[in-house]
Amino acid sequence: MTGASLIALALLIPTATSLLIPLFRERPNMREATTLVGAVALFAVVVLLLVEVMAGGRPALHLVDVLPGLSIAFNVEPLGMLFAVIASGLWIVNSLYSIGYMRGENEPRQTSFYVFFAVAIAGAMGVALAGNLFTLFLFYEVLTLSTYPLVTHRATPEAVRAGRLYLMMLLGASMLLLLPAIAWTGFTAGTLNFEPGGILSGKIGNVAMAGLLALFVFGTAKAAVMPLHFWLPAAMVAPTPVSALLHAVAVVKAGVFTVLKIIVYVFGIDTLAEAGASEWLVYVAGFTVVTASLIALRQDDLKRRLAYSTVSQLSFVVMGAAMAVSAGIIGSGLHIAMHAAGKITLFFCAGAIAVATHKTKVSELDGIGRAMPITMTAFLIGSLSIIGLPPLGGMWSKWWLMLAAAEQGRLFVIFVLIASTLLNVAYLLSIVARAFFAAPRGGAQEGKVSVNEAPWPCVVALSLTALLCVLLFFLVEIPQGMLLEITQTADPAGVSIDE
Amino acid sequence: MQAQLPALQVVLPLFGALLAAMVRRSRPAYGITVIVSLLMPVISWLLLVQVRNEGPISYVFGNWSAELGIEYRIDLVNALLLVLVSTVGAVIIPFARKSVAAEIPEDRIAWFYSVYLLCMCGLLGVAITGDAFNVFVFLEISSLATYILIALGRDRRALLAAYQYLIMGTIGATFYVIGVGMLYAMTGTLNLAMIAERIVDIETTRPVLAALAFIVVGISLKLALFPLHVWLPNAYAYAPSFATVFLAATATKIAIYLFVRFLFSVFGVGLVFTDLPVSFILIVLSVAAMFGAATVAVFQSDIKRMLAYSSVGQIGYITLGIALANLNGLTGGMVHVLNHALIKGALFMAIGAVVFRAGSCAIEDIAGIGRRMPITMSAFVIAGFGLIGVPGTAGFVSKWYLIIASLDKGWWWLAFLIVASSVIAVVYVGRVIEVAWFREPNDALKGVKDPPLEILAPILIMVFAIVYFGVDADLTAGLASEAAEALLAGLR
Repeated sequence: MTGASLIALALLIPTATSLLIPLFRERPNMREATTLVGAVALFAVVVLLLVEVMAGGRPALHLVDVLPGLSIAFNVEPLGMLFAVIASGLWIVNSLYSIGYMRGENEPRQTSFYVFFAVAIAGAMGVALAGNLFTLFLFYEVLTLSTYPLVTHRATPEAVRAGRLYLMMLLGASMLLLLPAIAWTGFTAGTLNFEPGGILSGKIGNVAMAGLLALFVFGTAKAAVMPLHFWLPAAMVAPTPVSALLHAVAVVKAGVFTVLKIIVYVFGIDTLAEAGASEWLVYVAGFTVVTASLIALRQDDLKRRLAYSTVSQLSFVVMGAAMAVSAGIIGSGLHIAMHAAGKITLFFCAGAIAVATHKTKVSELDGIGRAMPITMTAFLIGSLSIIGLPPLGGMWSKWWLMLAAAEQGRLFVIFVLIASTLLNVAYLLSIVARAFFAAPRGGAQEGKVSVNEAPWPCVVALSLTALLCVLLFFLVEIPQGMLLEITQTADPAGVSIDE
Repeated sequence: MQAQLPALQVVLPLFGALLAAMVRRSRPAYGITVIVSLLMPVISWLLLVQVRNEGPISYVFGNWSAELGIEYRIDLVNALLLVLVSTVGAVIIPFARKSVAAEIPEDRIAWFYSVYLLCMCGLLGVAITGDAFNVFVFLEISSLATYILIALGRDRRALLAAYQYLIMGTIGATFYVIGVGMLYAMTGTLNLAMIAERIVDIETTRPVLAALAFIVVGISLKLALFPLHVWLPNAYAYAPSFATVFLAATATKIAIYLFVRFLFSVFGVGLVFTDLPVSFILIVLSVAAMFGAATVAVFQSDIKRMLAYSSVGQIGYITLGIALANLNGLTGGMVHVLNHALIKGALFMAIGAVVFRAGSCAIEDIAGIGRRMPITMSAFVIAGFGLIGVPGTAGFVSKWYLIIASLDKGWWWLAFLIVASSVIAVVYVGRVIEVAWFREPNDALKGVKDPPLEILAPILIMVFAIVYFGVDADLTAGLASEAAEALLAGLR
């Protein structure tokens, strides 16, 4: 099969899934089977694409010219490939998890839930594989609009209010800032295509470049760089599978991916580094990392704590990209993958706890480790990966970021990395400690506590993602190799690869 | 036959109107309307193809020379408008039967269709004719018909709305005819092309400038340029649903055509945009419409009124494109004439379907209606995205042209204002979506379901067009840009 048809399939499969699901409205088992089949098929297609990309291929698909100079076209390169693999792979696990969660919680309107979920995945695929800024923008908005009904899924006044904030911040920022940024880029560069080395070299002054970068970064509110992060904690009213796959992986990663992609393929890291136009962003992102961690520390609602943790971790990706150096780009790219695996595990655990015990607050979790040993073990693994300890995947991204900071002698970045790691320990491991070592509240007896795990699909899903955190430690060669490739095209001098 | 097409374009609906009035019964009257509505686009598309292949068409009535008689002159610009009006008319006609039957007393239905055809005749006539006074005649035909269409609304406030529009419309028409009179006095002709030729030497004389002012203000009233829009919200809100759909999609668009025809073809870019501060005034008013009217839309409790205010705001985008007076801007304006016709047509039809089923379009009455009429309200949502200008919809294409046109001029602040104003659309569209989809349906909506296919099909066709022309704008933007080039080149 050719690369172009694989790209088409990667977009068509989730779209077709979303169209098929309503047909099985009355038969929940068939409906969920459709989602699972769609997810597996999509992953298979994406893996085929991956094989081609790893062999050095750059599959492309030109769909249609909307206007002269404005076309819907796709072009697969390693960075997008990485994002596509993560999003589609985790969709399988998440679909499994959704079955347990949605049925366990007796959520209403499950059909529309699965429909919009599939549309959101299609949006994420479009973002990942986009070959130019317009295509990226198009699917970025698809992602926003398709996740809005998921945020408001419960239709409670609180959910509707959160949805309003979500839509206004994401759509508002993208229209007010991202769209002018794209128009400006197209106007100045004469093209909107992503090209290795960027398209803006020599076409724009240094100050203007910094301004354009600001439009891009803040226009991409999905990246949740402060002060445009409020939508993310608010979006936690959504059912947990949404928080897990969309608001820890697909949506937020689409945001940081967009920033990363624009820095590499629109500005070009060499151009940026020469102009020093991204210097300010290192500090803004660093500030976000530390501040969001501090806020996370003070959250009692488990999902909100995880959400602030996500805000903080996302800015690592932005910070790495803003350093405009190869090692930073590699660190950022890896962090997209590593954080995805870790954070989805944590959200799965939070949802499993909610389904099994209806507890949503950290302060209620005393001693829960005895009733839910598998879940809390997975939570521990996820936490350790986020913290960045070997033998877990999360170590590698921090390693590369540290390397980049050291290479440029950035004490600020090193400080941010250390501070955030310590804060991670404080706000994540404290939960684990409570769960395993504190005595259960309400004077429960010592000794026998009956095991009370969430429905099995949930447990299987969270075990799988925890396992993935470990696997990523050993499999890091694959994404790392791919990322090295793009930084080398961007930077012919190359970087020293230490084994 | 081919040679007579320009005449047929206008004569056919005129005779249809007469026939419908004579049969006096609703079913045959509707049948006549359907036949005429389906023939109209055939003629207009043939004309468009002919214009694209062979250049402008000139048709003189009764073989009088253009100097004395009436000339119909069709170039790319008005061919585009003919296509728009007639195609919209054909697409929406299936919607009419049940909607009109539900909203208008049986004994007046034949009259309604008769007047509707008369209105279409007037609008097409304004677009097709090349004679300034003939424009006035057709303008009055369409206006008088419009007053009746509005007054046939079932709400008694429709009468007041029609009366309000009658007063305003008459003032507008009077201004227009005064301006034309002055032009005639100065140039000795009513033929637009000849006026354009003769005006060059006398363009700075006071009567010509006064004529320009009278004509611009007169047409601005008809096209509802902010702040001359006050007749529009009530007219759209209280007219029968079908009339609203037709008027929103076509009537203001024809006035816009007339506007650009006079500014670009008759008076000329040099005079209007270089020597006079028309551009500045228009931009200020357009931006005021984009923000002011859109903000008012946010606070409406009746969805038809909300959409009407939104129309005033959207017209601001069109006039903004005209005021920029460069190729991209004018293309953006012209393409938004088409896109906005599709978008508002779809939105008003969706709301018309809600009125048909639920009997109301007040926002508190439609809580939860999304679950009762899922197809209709999904269509509303997608058309709403078009209004916002989400990429992948036709609305984005217009916006993109306008942004690029602002950057062409180096006015980045204007680009920012354009995107900022579209965020207001997010608010008013989002408000409807929130109420329609995320509230529990109230008891009054029990048993309400999606409308029958003949109402649903036109909505879906329009929505499909909104998405299609957002993904492949080759046809719409291509035609609009050809029209823009023709306008910038002038009539000479």
